[in-house]
Amino acid sequence: MSNAREEILGRIRSALKDAPVGPSYEEIPRSYDRKGKLDHEASLHLLKDRLLDYDSDIVEVTHESEIASAVAEALQRASEQQVLVAEAFPAAWLPSGIDVVRDTQLTTQQLDGLATVVTTCEAAVSATGTIILVHEGAQGRRAITLLPDHHICIVARSQVFELWPEAVAAIDARSRYAITTISGPSATSDIEMTRIRGVHGPRRLSVILYG
Amino acid sequence: MSVRVGKTSTAAEFPSAAKIALKNDQLRKNVHHATNVIRNKRALRVEEMPDWQLLRDAASAIKAHTLKNLDTYLIEFERNCELAGGKVHWARDADEANSIALDLIRQYNGTEVIKVKTMTSDEIQLNPALEHAGITPYETDLADMIVQMGNDEPSHIVVPALHRNRFEVRDIFRETMDLPDLTEQPEELTGAARTYLRERFLNVKIGISGANFAIAETGGVCVVESEGNGRMCLTMPDVLISLIGVEKVIPRFEDLDVFLQLLPRSATGERMNPYNSLWCGVHEGDGPKAFHVILLDNGRTKLLHDEMERETLACIRCGACLNACPVYRETGGHAYGSIYSGPIGAILSPQLQSLEHSRSLPYASTLCGACYEVCPVKINIPEILIHLRGRVVREDQATLSGKLGVENLAMQGAAMAFKSESRYEAAQKLVQIGQGLFERNGQLTNLPGMAGAWTKFRDLKPIPKQSFRDWWKSRETSKPGGEA
Ligand code: SF4
Repeated sequence: MSNAREEILGRIRSALKDAPVGPSYEEIPRSYDRKGKLDHEASLHLLKDRLLDYDSDIVEVTHESEIASAVAEALQRASEQQVLVAEAFPAAWLPSGIDVVRDTQLTTQQLDGLATVVTTCEAAVSATGTIILVHEGAQGRRAITLLPDHHICIVARSQVFELWPEAVAAIDARSRYAITTISGPSATSDIEMTRIRGVHGPRRLSVILYG
Repeated sequence: MSVRVGKTSTAAEFPSAAKIALKNDQLRKNVHHATNVIRNKRALRVEEMPDWQLLRDAASAIKAHTLKNLDTYLIEFERNCELAGGKVHWARDADEANSIALDLIRQYNGTEVIKVKTMTSDEIQLNPALEHAGITPYETDLADMIVQMGNDEPSHIVVPALHRNRFEVRDIFRETMDLPDLTEQPEELTGAARTYLRERFLNVKIGISGANFAIAETGGVCVVESEGNGRMCLTMPDVLISLIGVEKVIPRFEDLDVFLQLLPRSATGERMNPYNSLWCGVHEGDGPKAFHVILLDNGRTKLLHDEMERETLACIRCGACLNACPVYRETGGHAYGSIYSGPIGAILSPQLQSLEHSRSLPYASTLCGACYEVCPVKINIPEILIHLRGRVVREDQATLSGKLGVENLAMQGAAMAFKSESRYEAAQKLVQIGQGLFERNGQLTNLPGMAGAWTKFRDLKPIPKQSFRDWWKSRETSKPGGEA
């Protein structure tokens, strides 16, 4: 195949050989907003607004020690008693009296049989109501937040940024092997532009805000 | 090399296909409804972005810079993708890309593949090639399923089944999924798709995707989607093959700041689409064990030579220009005879094929400029359309049949008439007298000879009894003082 490679690169070079040298990468105008304008309280308010707009549930707590009870509340709202979590998920954040399944490289079939997953996240963007996962630690590998029908995601208030450029700069997104961004439950508008919640990904998204 | 873009080489030319589409009231109703909804949502979501124009400026500059240095960025992407455990293949044209994909699928003993929306695969007609080789492709995007199951062609680059309403979708699903009691409720239709595909997501070993962006700096790939079928195809199979047009590369991760803010608002009027997946190569314990990229040329590099034509390659396939286009909104996508329809299709399809097919497409526009206004990467489509019309005419004039073609003769006749004042007036007089014969309901139809080519596809108002020039002259003589 190196033949095709050389030929395509050759075509590109010969097509461009007489083109004037354009602006360098550094000269690209970037005067768009890279920092938000809201204070942190307003930014959090905006995030909640956006999440509600996507039909997500929100449970708010102040202290880290209240996370377990927030998880219990999110489960109760969905009438669920069993959760899937990544191996590294802190035990202290799980309520007692529920059935906990840890992802010890479960098979696809095993994952598919589970209704609810609880994870943390890396950052959130309030302008678009987006949660960013980099799939490390308690965030779990990609499949665990995909197959269960209900995703409960724990977001620290300090992880919330107003704009996308701020958030990705803060989490060193370049060096991650995988990133998934989630803005509300999976959805489609393919039939007559009617928005239907939940196609193949989780149909329900609950967000726990703490800290 | 043979560049193939979907079924354009056998498709009817735009004027005749458009005539048929215009008679289909259901189709026009569906297209109107869908494009209206997206247009309104887009307008709202763009309105709330104070830095929208600045983002467009950056996007346009990033694309211009990348295309000018395309070889460098492709090599950088290849190196970093392979460092992360991916394997990069290069395909000069559609056939080569199809055979690379087929070889890979055979190498992994695949008999079926799950696919997430890739226009590029429609472009190279991958599905027929797979089926021919006994491999079953499953489209997993809801709209693509509707198109595939209905033996149909996509009619929009973002919402490929927007020409179908819920009743039509119900009938297609009832038949293909064997669900005689399915109703037309969108929730039920969506639920049927979920159940139908779930088992395939869990069991099919090979996934095929396109890409929205390929990042040179990291070797990573980004897929933008809504339903979660993308995440399924990118995560669950053992092997992932991503088919990526060479123009999809962007220099750095931070360039996504620009494109991921522009694309969802332009495409579906959402602040952000439900899911974006980004990944680099392969990773132990998470996702596919093997990752292959096929970098596709298929006519793209020919567009690099000319600065204006090169701009076409900046397209991020958001579909905003389709929704805004007064021609697309009346005809829908099929009339364009190409999987790339609307204003972007009118410039992209003919250029990829060196104007061998789809030659009437540069004329499928009123040049109103709505497409340019909404384009998130600021592609000046009207300017490129005019440039291509010029190319078509020049090429036509270079051939004998073109020289004697009615439209060409008409244009040359017009050029003659416009050359001098007296000739123009004489021609006008002649028409004023003669046109009565061809006037029907206030329109001129089926003019003979040189003007016939014009009126065949266009409505023409008769020239009024008194021309502007006559009126101006009489005004000058009847006016007492005249103005300075
Ligand atoms: S040409 Fe511009 S508006 Fe049209 S699909 Fe491409 S990016 Fe979108």
